Amino acid sequence: MNNKKLPFLLILIFGFTFIIFYKSLEDSSIYTPDTNLEKEIPVFNAKNFFSKENINSSNIFKLDKIYLLNIWSSWCVPCRQEHPLLMNLNLHNKVNIIGMNYKDDLKNANNFLKELGNPYNEIFLDLDGTIAIEWGAYGVPESFLIHNNKIIKKYIGPLNDKLIDEIKLLVK
Amino acid sequence: MIFSLVGYYSLILGLIIGISLFFLSFKNFNNSNILDKKLLSFTFLQLFFVVISFFCLISSFIVSDFSNETVFNNSHTTKPLFYKISGTWGNHEGSLLLWLLVLTLFIFLFLIRSKNQPVKYKILTLVFQQIIIVGFFLFLIQTSNPFNYIFPTPLEGLGLNPILQDPALAIHPPILYLGYVGSSIIFSSVLAATSLKIISTNWALHIKKWILISWIFLTLGILLGSIWAYYELGWGGFWFWDPVENVSLMPWLALTTLLHCILVLEKKAILTSWVIILSIATFTLSMSGTFLVRSGILNSVHTFANDPERGLFILIFLFILILLSILIFFFFHKEDNKKSYSFFWLSKETSILINNWFMMYFLSVVLIGTVYPIFLDVISSQKISVGPPFYHKLIIPFLIPFLIMMAIGPKLKWIKSQIIDKLYLISFLIISILLSFLILKNFSQNILINTILISSALYLFFITLRDFFIKKYNNISQNIAHFGFSLLILSILFNNLFSSEIITNLKVGESFENSKTKIVFESINQKKEKNYNAIIANFSVQNYLGEKDKLSPELRIYNQPVIATSEADIKTTLISDKFIVINLVQNQDYFNVRYQVKSFMVWIWLSVVLISFGGIISFLKKRS
Repeated sequence: MNNKKLPFLLILIFGFTFIIFYKSLEDSSIYTPDTNLEKEIPVFNAKNFFSKENINSSNIFKLDKIYLLNIWSSWCVPCRQEHPLLMNLNLHNKVNIIGMNYKDDLKNANNFLKELGNPYNEIFLDLDGTIAIEWGAYGVPESFLIHNNKIIKKYIGPLNDKLIDEIKLLVK
Repeated sequence: MIFSLVGYYSLILGLIIGISLFFLSFKNFNNSNILDKKLLSFTFLQLFFVVISFFCLISSFIVSDFSNETVFNNSHTTKPLFYKISGTWGNHEGSLLLWLLVLTLFIFLFLIRSKNQPVKYKILTLVFQQIIIVGFFLFLIQTSNPFNYIFPTPLEGLGLNPILQDPALAIHPPILYLGYVGSSIIFSSVLAATSLKIISTNWALHIKKWILISWIFLTLGILLGSIWAYYELGWGGFWFWDPVENVSLMPWLALTTLLHCILVLEKKAILTSWVIILSIATFTLSMSGTFLVRSGILNSVHTFANDPERGLFILIFLFILILLSILIFFFFHKEDNKKSYSFFWLSKETSILINNWFMMYFLSVVLIGTVYPIFLDVISSQKISVGPPFYHKLIIPFLIPFLIMMAIGPKLKWIKSQIIDKLYLISFLIISILLSFLILKNFSQNILINTILISSALYLFFITLRDFFIKKYNNISQNIAHFGFSLLILSILFNNLFSSEIITNLKVGESFENSKTKIVFESINQKKEKNYNAIIANFSVQNYLGEKDKLSPELRIYNQPVIATSEADIKTTLISDKFIVINLVQNQDYFNVRYQVKSFMVWIWLSVVLISFGGIISFLKKRS
């Protein structure tokens, strides 16, 4: 190999690698396995957020409808960022947003909803965090897209514009 | 509050010192007074500020100051103090601060430990290291400030990921970083030495200690991570060829090769191009590893909150460093053609060179296995995953000549040696083949490749063992490391061949029995700890010899964040580990029980300790 050409060749190779890595940054979920795909949602009893009445999950989630279950809490900072997006998504009436209020103080939670609005069709309480475990949640916020009582997609962490667009697309 | 403030401004001050060090160095390139007084004290001051900043972050974690976003995201008041502290580096921001701490610590130690080196060389090394340091300061302050405020202050934090709440993992990052980031000083130094054309036997002697120290810590750091994966992740393996493990193995392979090259350079002033390229490769591989795991391209426990901006910053920075090194290498380094050196086929340097090529081959296999899926996905949107079979098929056959070369190489003389009086080498080989044949025959595991592989590992084992009893042989560090390596390969092979596994579902009171083992699920207890609740299952396991063991694996439900984890219970003996782990089955009253007998596990850990012990001895050895 000609010694003068070698550096250029190397730079070319590394430049190519750079472009590949740069491209892969845009789609940064290459290794994410599709978790909980097509898994049946768990059955549980919980209290309604406003009326405090006991409700069964089968009364919340009906077949042939699409739901977005959102786990939230007033003390959770990312939930605050995510909330306006949920309000926005609520205008899109094909998807019913259900809230799971996770380990929260009811007064704070009420204030949170008064301040930022209530995008939820229904909210139930998970005071001790056990229902979240049944769902296999890692923490707050987290969202599950549900159709026919099956989890289609799971979103760990706060939703963003891109994910909201994805949800809208999936709902279509 | 106050800690965050002090910590943040210390970082800013450190950055300012870094930039001013550039100016000072360029102005006073030849003035040795400046180096000893001003530059050294500035470097010390920079280290001092980073230490202050680091301690501020630790203090914020200790007092659970949730107005700090990093603390809020990764800590909780119910965590034991130990995990509050280790939570400091259990996240992206804190661990980058640790990066910076190691970078500044190494350049400071380098300056005070290299008194006899040329002034220009020291200043230039400082400049290159400062390029890296300033880059990381900017990265930290710009994209991952560990001292961000949250207002209003939350009452409780989100907690540390439970699988990170573990003693081995608490010390794994600092140890690994000393090796991983410590290689930066080799990088800076080699660029400085190349630009000044002072790569020589003296330089090799001086940089060898730095290579050794990085290598020792990197080896131990990988070991700790591997031990953690073994008992925490509950799969019962010690190496999974996970991309995250691979990115730590690649710098290790490059560093090990570099270590051998530097030994040749120290004696013969050859292989300079190898040394330069490997020094650059080690650090750039470390950086690429950081890029791959931190940008979220590869998902793992090391991937914290994903932020494409961070990935882009490291990516651009990484390629600037690569470009800089390529330019320096081709512009300044001219291999001296007049002194061209011919290798005699039977000499120590030839054997080192051959094994270097093998190491480069292993490195490329790991590299391709790690990044090929990324390339493929970008170019053709196909998703593939590269697993252990790929690595095993490509690496194992080449281990055979590699091991034999490792045994024979050190026996040869520099420059030229004779075959005569090397008869014992051949007789040992025959003994090893016979012995491995007998072992495998006894266990009816008669596979040709296994026989050859075990013979070559046994060969290295016997040759190195023999040398411990020969007094005149003085290269004890090399011997221990090679002995450790043969032990490692043997333990891994035996572990693969003789391990067994039982998977079954059991209720309390039930038992499982086959021809060799009887497992009784005796009872269940509950335990409440500060940061988790646990279900403890008590098993008694009886093997065919009638020996009984009590094993109590746990299911833990951590409170913050709420995650259930399985804690394996492991009984370790010299011959084998008994490993049991239980998992909850949804909506069922039985547990999924996995019982494994893993042969020679403890020898895998011990042999890696031996390998690094060889490095430690070499590090401590005074030059005769």
